[in-house]
Amino acid sequence: MKTILSVEHLTHRYGDQPALDNLSFEMQEGEIFGLLGPNGAGKTTTVRLVNGMFPPSTGKIRVLGLNPTRQGTEIRRQTGVLTETPALYERLTARQNLEFFATLCEMPKSERPARISELLSFFGLEPRANDKVSTFSKGMKQRLALARALLHRPEILFLDEPTSALDPEASAQVRDLIASIGREDGRSVLVCTHILSEAERLCDRVAILGKGRLLALGSLEELRRRVMPGLWLEVELLSGIPASLEARLATIDGVLAVEPAGSSLRLQVSQLAVVPAVAAAVISAGGHLLRLQPQEISLEEVYFALQNESNGGSHAS
Amino acid sequence: MRPEVITAIAKKDLLEVRQNTSAWLPMVIVPLLFAVGLPLIILLAPRNPAFLNQIAADPDLMSFIDRLPPVMLAYLEGLDLNQKMVMIFLGFFFAPMFLIMPLMFSTIIAAESFAGEWERKTLEALLYTPASDAELFVGKMAAAGAPALLLTWICFGLYTLVLNAAGAPIMAGKISFPLPTWYPLIFWISPALSLLGISATVLISARTKTFMGAYQLSGSLVLIVLALVVGQVTGVLYLSIGSGMLVGLVIWLTAGLLTWLSVRLFKRAFLLISGD
Repeated sequence: MKTILSVEHLTHRYGDQPALDNLSFEMQEGEIFGLLGPNGAGKTTTVRLVNGMFPPSTGKIRVLGLNPTRQGTEIRRQTGVLTETPALYERLTARQNLEFFATLCEMPKSERPARISELLSFFGLEPRANDKVSTFSKGMKQRLALARALLHRPEILFLDEPTSALDPEASAQVRDLIASIGREDGRSVLVCTHILSEAERLCDRVAILGKGRLLALGSLEELRRRVMPGLWLEVELLSGIPASLEARLATIDGVLAVEPAGSSLRLQVSQLAVVPAVAAAVISAGGHLLRLQPQEISLEEVYFALQNESNGGSHAS
Repeated sequence: MRPEVITAIAKKDLLEVRQNTSAWLPMVIVPLLFAVGLPLIILLAPRNPAFLNQIAADPDLMSFIDRLPPVMLAYLEGLDLNQKMVMIFLGFFFAPMFLIMPLMFSTIIAAESFAGEWERKTLEALLYTPASDAELFVGKMAAAGAPALLLTWICFGLYTLVLNAAGAPIMAGKISFPLPTWYPLIFWISPALSLLGISATVLISARTKTFMGAYQLSGSLVLIVLALVVGQVTGVLYLSIGSGMLVGLVIWLTAGLLTWLSVRLFKRAFLLISGD
């Protein structure tokens, strides 16, 4: 895969205020990449810097082989940005908004009507194309803003908090659209979000930021392994835990920890291959096994573990 | 710079102004008042003989006319009282008042164009386009400057038409409008005032970031016009062709300085960070 965006040791300050601190990551072509972090983590600053809005204090950025400090205009010709607020001209119609941005993006005049109609139709806005944007719902505005970002068929799409201001229904709708843009069109998408379920559902890889620093980088699976080595199993029994079971399970090769959890047990094992031995031990100890389930750690747990670690705490298991 | 991009920005800004009643309404009312309403009142009022007799009997007014600067008096030679009143009010005193128009039009549109983008949080999306800082600035300047000048010139044409048509029975062909002293005002000072209004509004918009705030603050520029009106009425500064050219030069230089400051300010980094 081709690297289309690389950031090396990027540091930026707004006056005395640090915004980014030695941030490095790469994004591959066709990837949906997530920048995760709370407000003030440096996500929006990163998007601004890679689009050449202003130069970084220090560090190196390459976007599609271009340097944003010197070639910002060229980069913005090949990127599309959905800003945190839809930033649409509400007194104009949906079509007028898109026509205006199509001109600014240097789209040939002859291509504009067809492309605008195509996008309005894709985002379900065709029937309202000639209505003023001020009459649109938040979800419709966000879809129109997405259409605007895609107008000139950008190589990389940047989405800054694409669903943060939307209700659950509109959020799900916008998320599905982003997924189809990324997965079906094969477009490279960088999503900035603090909504972890969104990143979990959309992103191939994520970078977790905290106070401008990179806390972790990788696929969700890689981050899970980093935060919580080994695999957790939940063992649920129908009628109480036999007295000797905990001790017996602890002796199995590959079982790293055994913790009672009410009428169930939580086990940390080194690998999935240990699971049959665990099941056999429960049965031979006279336990009535009801459920034995490997536990998946969510991105949310990974995220909070890393944020906690960056604030001086240790991994929670 | 790409003309198509500049035109698109200017066109979009004007479309937005058209949708904002508090922006375009003053641009209709004030010209109608200055170019049609007030001139018609003045032209029709002196036809009442009782009113003329009252004026002729007013010693203060007659001594005021006698004390006018010689350049102004030269225009009044051979005119009767009725004609003199038309000449003094509509030929002399209205001239500097007309300068309110380019200033007002340009500041209204510039406030809508610059501060309005900040207020409605639409600026960031605009900055993420490939349009350069210069194209954005020139597009917005054109959106404010071109209609301001065009409207001023249209009002000037309308005023000329009203004065010559409705004033014909009074002036009896002795003098026709516009007087030569109007030309520097309309074609030299008006563009300078437009530029001054726009550049001052850009600087003010960077601080206030609301349309009404920027419009109200830049409205204080009207004091310049009021100073010219007072100068003209009191005879301290009569806007002859020479003094008009000189006043225009001072305004052009001031407008140039403010434009230079605005251009320095109008950079993506500043616009984005100050908009947060």
